[in-house]
Amino acid sequence: MVELSQEQVEKLKALGRTQKETLLKLGDEFKERVAHFKASIYTCNATSCHSGGASSVIDTFKEALKSAGIEADVRMVCTGCMGLCASGPLARVEIKGQKPVLYQHVTPDMARLIVAEHVAPALKSEGEINTSDYLKQQELSLDLPFFQKQRKIVLRLLGHSDPEDLGEYIANGGYQGLMKALTMKPEEVLEVIKKSGLRGRGGGGFPTGVKWEMLAKSPLVDGEKFMICNGDEGDPGAYMDSCILGGGSHAVLEGMMIGAYATGATNGWFYIRAEYPLAIQRMELAIKQAKRYGILGRNIFGTDFNFMADIRYGAGAFVCGEETALMSSVEGKRGTPRPRPPFPTQKGLFDKPTAINNVETLANIAPIMVNGPEWFSEVGTETSKGTKVFAITGKVKHSGLVEVPMGTTVGEMVNDVGGGTSSGKPFKAVQTGGPSGGVIPASELHMPLCYEELKKIGSMMGSGGMIIMDEDDSMVEIAKFYLGFTVDESCGKCAPCRIGGYQMLQLMNKIADGKGTKADVAKIKEIGNAMQKASLCGLGQTAPNPVLSTMKFFKEEYDALLIDGNEPDAVETEKEINACNINTKR
Amino acid sequence: MVKLTIDSQTVEVPAGTTILDAAKSVQIKIPTLCHHPDLPPTAACGICIVKSNGRMVRSCCTPVAEGMEVITRDPDIIEARRTVLKLTLSKHPNECLTCLKNDTCELRKLSADFGIRDTEFADITPTKEELPVDDSTKSIVLDPRKCILCGRCVEVCQNTQNVWALSMLKRGINTHISPAADEKLGNSPCIKCGQCTAHCPTGALTERDDTQYVWNMLQDKDKYCVVQIAPAVRVAIGEAFGYKPGEITTGKLYAALRRLGFNAVFDTNFGADVTIMEEGTEFIERFVNGKGVLPMITSCCPAWVDYMEKYYSDMIPHFSSCKSPHEIVGALSKTYYADKIGVEAKNMRVISIMPCTAKKFEILRSEEMFSSGFQDVDVSLTTRELARMIKQAGIDFVNLPEEQADSPLGSYTGAATVFGFTGGVMEAALRTVHAVVTGEEMPEDALEIKPILGLDKGIKEMTLNLAGKEVRIAVAHGIGHVQALLEKVREAEQKGEEPPYHFIEVMACDGGCVGGGGQPLGVTDEIRQARMAGLMQDDRGSKQRCSHQNPDVKKLYDEFLGKPLSERSHHLLHTSYQPRPLYKK
Repeated sequence: MVELSQEQVEKLKALGRTQKETLLKLGDEFKERVAHFKASIYTCNATSCHSGGASSVIDTFKEALKSAGIEADVRMVCTGCMGLCASGPLARVEIKGQKPVLYQHVTPDMARLIVAEHVAPALKSEGEINTSDYLKQQELSLDLPFFQKQRKIVLRLLGHSDPEDLGEYIANGGYQGLMKALTMKPEEVLEVIKKSGLRGRGGGGFPTGVKWEMLAKSPLVDGEKFMICNGDEGDPGAYMDSCILGGGSHAVLEGMMIGAYATGATNGWFYIRAEYPLAIQRMELAIKQAKRYGILGRNIFGTDFNFMADIRYGAGAFVCGEETALMSSVEGKRGTPRPRPPFPTQKGLFDKPTAINNVETLANIAPIMVNGPEWFSEVGTETSKGTKVFAITGKVKHSGLVEVPMGTTVGEMVNDVGGGTSSGKPFKAVQTGGPSGGVIPASELHMPLCYEELKKIGSMMGSGGMIIMDEDDSMVEIAKFYLGFTVDESCGKCAPCRIGGYQMLQLMNKIADGKGTKADVAKIKEIGNAMQKASLCGLGQTAPNPVLSTMKFFKEEYDALLIDGNEPDAVETEKEINACNINTKR
Repeated sequence: MVKLTIDSQTVEVPAGTTILDAAKSVQIKIPTLCHHPDLPPTAACGICIVKSNGRMVRSCCTPVAEGMEVITRDPDIIEARRTVLKLTLSKHPNECLTCLKNDTCELRKLSADFGIRDTEFADITPTKEELPVDDSTKSIVLDPRKCILCGRCVEVCQNTQNVWALSMLKRGINTHISPAADEKLGNSPCIKCGQCTAHCPTGALTERDDTQYVWNMLQDKDKYCVVQIAPAVRVAIGEAFGYKPGEITTGKLYAALRRLGFNAVFDTNFGADVTIMEEGTEFIERFVNGKGVLPMITSCCPAWVDYMEKYYSDMIPHFSSCKSPHEIVGALSKTYYADKIGVEAKNMRVISIMPCTAKKFEILRSEEMFSSGFQDVDVSLTTRELARMIKQAGIDFVNLPEEQADSPLGSYTGAATVFGFTGGVMEAALRTVHAVVTGEEMPEDALEIKPILGLDKGIKEMTLNLAGKEVRIAVAHGIGHVQALLEKVREAEQKGEEPPYHFIEVMACDGGCVGGGGQPLGVTDEIRQARMAGLMQDDRGSKQRCSHQNPDVKKLYDEFLGKPLSERSHHLLHTSYQPRPLYKK
């Protein structure tokens, strides 16, 4: 940044203090603005509900409210993800003094009925509302374990607020975390994050406070140091980052800024994949609003803290979620990983010190600052603190986006939160950690979901994708699917991943076609071992996990497909391959 | 200093040393494939893995740390390395016996060391139809099937040379090297410098093998074959026969060429002396007499000429119009010499032995390369190709007697032999320019112009006092460094300011021709330095050390050319330049 005179700095500081006052006033103004509403209708318009026709539902609601003459009394809010995506489009009706009602599978016709039978009568009379049986059938109980088992930190405002309204964010405590941080010393902020026990939510689980401390210790290069928010979520089935960015972009920006203050970073980059237009649009808006209100810029809130942020689009290559490949991509180069060390915190983007944090990680920061590290670390297990957002999909009754305390068991996730299998058939396994993870078989329902346990069983936390399978699903096919994905997405830089993955996939196809032998299984294990040990980045190191972990837990399914599957196994001379002995940074 | 243990041995090395280099200090050679000591690590192949505090890391790019415990060899590591090697072989053609790199291939050597007898995995090598050979440049042959994607060529082409002809295309199993959009090399920005061929571990990038043309010529009784060797060849070809880099083998080389059947053995160094007469005079015309623009830029390096025509065609007026030394020897052979011995030029063949792949392109560069009425140089071979010919002919190079070159295009001065390294052309030119401008020979102790010699910097600058006038000089080696230099010239020109330099020398390859793209493989700065020292020694041992003192050159001007820049000189020894597009349509 350009050097300013002391006088100019003082002027800017004075301006910053005024801006802070204005910002706080925004929250009060918001409260005044909504005080007169007698009811609110929140309609989810995140990816899943949007594709289910939520936009026309919203339009119809507005129309219906207008024809009923109550549009001035009802606040229509287009919100972020409400979670139960399988039942979308979702709409929640909140009438003052009454229990909120959640409607599922809302169509434009239903929207008219909701206004006519529920909202309009409620506003006119105090008595009981009698909606038709049809509408009653579409009510979703908020007492469902799906909702009750959750504890929301990251998702707390999603589905409850207008993500484009900065005033509402402020009214809900927004930017209080940053304001509090700015009254503390950077090292005190670091201490808070370290003490909270927050670990990277992108998959690797590296302690966030430690990463930031490393960045804080790296001196500025050419007056610069960077924060990057990794929004390149690419695991099949995972979409939490998209929803967090789309439904609460200010919270992510605030988290990054607290990190920047603690580490001395000067600039921030949001790396968001281009397939997430809503996330990009909302983050663009958040940055624009933040600049306008002096949240971003020079002498923020009258302090010495300066920070700017910008967005870079990802072109959709999975490997660009790997932090070093991501940096190459931001630099405009081919997105391939680089060797570490030097670690990004020493020599990162444009060779300057850089900390890369996942979207969900950053969304946890401001609540930790406001409520304190103990509040956060009370939740979770010994080594995995706080909550984790999971995208629970596959053959499960209630699929969607949920946030549960770390340590919630697999059984609770499948049977309570998920409501059991959608087919009613016995649950067989759940795939976690996406293409880098592995399967958890039905015998492990008691297993708590946390970094260590998942790694022990040969899977990983990953970004939090969970795909539930019932007895009809072929584990060989599942493994083949994931391997096919990583083979497609391999950047091609290093030989173990590029050739190993491809050769392994050929062998998997052979087995799935009923032409494989035990020798092929041995070759797969040999390749898998080499990929885990010799691949350059996490993508290659973990690519064999789905195959190796299904081989471990569902050997009989493989044997059944082999030509010589009935013959006794050759004596295993090689060591048992540990399916997930490598820590990745994804 | 950092202290660590490698295979239980305590090692102390400077901070920043890689595990690979630290291991070397205790006589442990960790196997590598993509690593090249001349280039930053790409970390692609996955062969050099070791355990550091129990974790697998790549030793080529992992710096040592205090107290680190490294294991370079255990069953775990060996098994992973073997699998990676077998996987690499499963996508590499089994064509070793007919591969040009047969005896120098690093992949073949590694497989031999590891005792791989069966690749076990399915052969997934693409067919020649799927990934065809690209020989469109006539200098460099790209066979992407043999590529193991080590990334060295891309590194050297993009970062060392700043040419950006080669890049990685597509991803995953379909990744391959090629110019952008799968364009042919001949249509790409490629300047034929051949650094990719000099660094490629396999047969994926090689010089185009032109030896068969030369064998055919030598066997044709009607053809009178003339050969010439470039300065940097004499201190490098010995490496193919067990000599140390930098040993001067000029006499043996002449003998070997004669035994191969060449009718006349000349030396490109004679052409270098003539170049100085022409280029030196051209500089004096520009600098002293104000005829032509400044700075003047040297033009002996064909890769540099190609680069300039593609990337900096606005610099054309700055280029010396003088041809490169081997073209000069070619033109003089087919005119001056042919007349002398009464051989018709059409029956004469001129073969040049060059440290360079771009010279193969230069011999057909423009009509001016046909100044004798015929192609002035018929074939240009690299140092590597000549070494193969000598071996094929069964010549016991090491035990050959020392012989002399033939007259009159075989004698040379010390000024000519230093053409082979960075700064040498400038040094040679200044020796003669000084004599012409001041009327006095340079004193013996001033002949070596230290500030412009050496490998340490990409750009070397100095100011020289010439008869009371300051001459500002710059020397660049490695095309990657040229941009900064030319931008300075451009900027001054645009602002109408005094030029930052008067005279600039550029050589495309790091170190100049001693590190040329046609030289023996495995080049590092240490080897460049040794080859350069050899040429310096050759210079110091020469009777005459300034081009204008060469008696045969004087005779050439007396008998044939008249004076430098004469009409005949212009016709035979000078050329012109034109802008060229980066990608041909």
